[in-house]
Amino acid sequence: MTSQGSRKAVVFFEVEILDAKTKDKLCFLDKVRPLHKYYPQWYAARQSIRLDPKGKSLKDEDVLQHLPVGTTATFYFRDLGAQISWVTVFLTEYGGPLLLYLMFYFRVPFIYAPKYDFTTSKHWVVHLACMCHSFHYLKRLLETLFVHRFSHGTMPLRNIFKNCTYYWGFAAWMAYYINHPLYTPPTIYGEQQVRIALVIFLFCQVGNFSIHIALRNLRPPGSKTRKIPYPTKNPFTWIFLLVSCPNYTYELGSWFGFTLMTQCLPVAFFTAVGFIQMTVWAKGKHRSYLKEFRDYPPLRSPILPFVL
Amino acid sequence: MASTEEDGSVEEKENNNKKRTKSAIAVAWLTFYNIAMTAGWLVLAIAMMRFYIQKGTHKGLYKSIARTLKFFQTIALVEVVHCAIGIVRTSVIVTGVQVCSRIFMVWFITNSIKQIQNEESVILFLAVWTFTEITRYSFYTFNLLNHLPYFIKWARYNMFIIMYPLGVAGELLTIYTALPYVRKTGMLSVRLPNKYNVSFDYYYFLVIVMLSYIPLFPQLYFHMLRQRRKVLLGEIIVEKDE
Repeated sequence: MTSQGSRKAVVFFEVEILDAKTKDKLCFLDKVRPLHKYYPQWYAARQSIRLDPKGKSLKDEDVLQHLPVGTTATFYFRDLGAQISWVTVFLTEYGGPLLLYLMFYFRVPFIYAPKYDFTTSKHWVVHLACMCHSFHYLKRLLETLFVHRFSHGTMPLRNIFKNCTYYWGFAAWMAYYINHPLYTPPTIYGEQQVRIALVIFLFCQVGNFSIHIALRNLRPPGSKTRKIPYPTKNPFTWIFLLVSCPNYTYELGSWFGFTLMTQCLPVAFFTAVGFIQMTVWAKGKHRSYLKEFRDYPPLRSPILPFVL
Repeated sequence: MASTEEDGSVEEKENNNKKRTKSAIAVAWLTFYNIAMTAGWLVLAIAMMRFYIQKGTHKGLYKSIARTLKFFQTIALVEVVHCAIGIVRTSVIVTGVQVCSRIFMVWFITNSIKQIQNEESVILFLAVWTFTEITRYSFYTFNLLNHLPYFIKWARYNMFIIMYPLGVAGELLTIYTALPYVRKTGMLSVRLPNKYNVSFDYYYFLVIVMLSYIPLFPQLYFHMLRQRRKVLLGEIIVEKDE
């Protein structure tokens, strides 16, 4: 939150900041000095400043003059807890699966019986699966570094433990079976199944990437604006006509393809859990779009065209 | 943990009775349900006591009440539906976990591993469950009828202090005693290779279940203690927020 003097008459604000829970006066600012000069442990990312103790947090861009306060402004402060940057979280949670899967693929010792150490599978689908899985997470890492534009800089620190447990745990569980010496390649439709699965997987990877690029282009560098995404010249984005969050749709498709390719129940499980989580996110996003934009296209569903 | 109680629901429901009126059908159904469950667990309690008095031993006791137990404990699944449709204000997940842990104990341990059915630990957790459920369901019943005798409220918020650890002890001992039989029979386990490329070892699963009591039990126990301070002693507790 910033304070700007207007040009002609200088308006002085007195600002007091109270703790949202106990209503203790934390500090009184007659010159606007950052809160963390008084309380150094509460750096900017941890601060939630609001006009009402139970209300929504004010944004960084909000200007003091434009808020509905008198000349003595009372704000309520809540400590959001230790924070960590989104980029750090993403890199860690995606780096893990990439490395872990490779450890299983190369049959590093202490995973399988010693006679299998450093051997490789005789099934070509296992090699293919490793390439697909590694490609997927490499793509995610690169997108985190070069494509995504994050609305928030940070998230609560505990999220990194939660998220890494999820991604790393599932990656290890899937990788264990796919790279197991007793792995059984797809039997239902054999080679044809793997080929179709690969096509679906690649199609959805390209689709997912296209959506990420389209969403990035909606937002000028360094900004946090929100606009309605629309189909572009790229055919993979035409799905915006029917879906609010096609990145999740394509992600689901990718994992569905991977499940088909490996015919592995843990993979199906991971796909199902991811689907549930992404549906929750998609519905939330869809609802925010509807709330924020009066003219939001009515044909769109959150994640699955016409269905969900 | 099988012997936990739905705690948040109590005051939320008490508040709700004052703040919003549930539909008459919902109240009627819930009252009927809670009376029926109170009766059911009372029947179980009496049957257990009668068996012990008549036979002088607990051997064969489980077998004699098995059907009634399975019936009433399984019916409790409907409580998850109550939360889902909103006529009971508790989290679906919390209720789901509690009911599932009971179902697990009944169907996947005691019912399927016949060799442990005469263990004392089984009688222990059965006694705890019966007492707890009778208290809990009668509490809900009286709440719905807006005439809650203090001794029921007292029982609900005090008996858990000993019941809960006792119940956990009974359950853990039972699972522990069952382990060798699970190992021997390989029940509920799947080995590689198979066409779905998955494996499941029930033995290690049970070990993990037992270990999970270590973090879960204290959390739930202290949660109940805090609820007790709020409800019985009127303490205002500022919750740590997320």
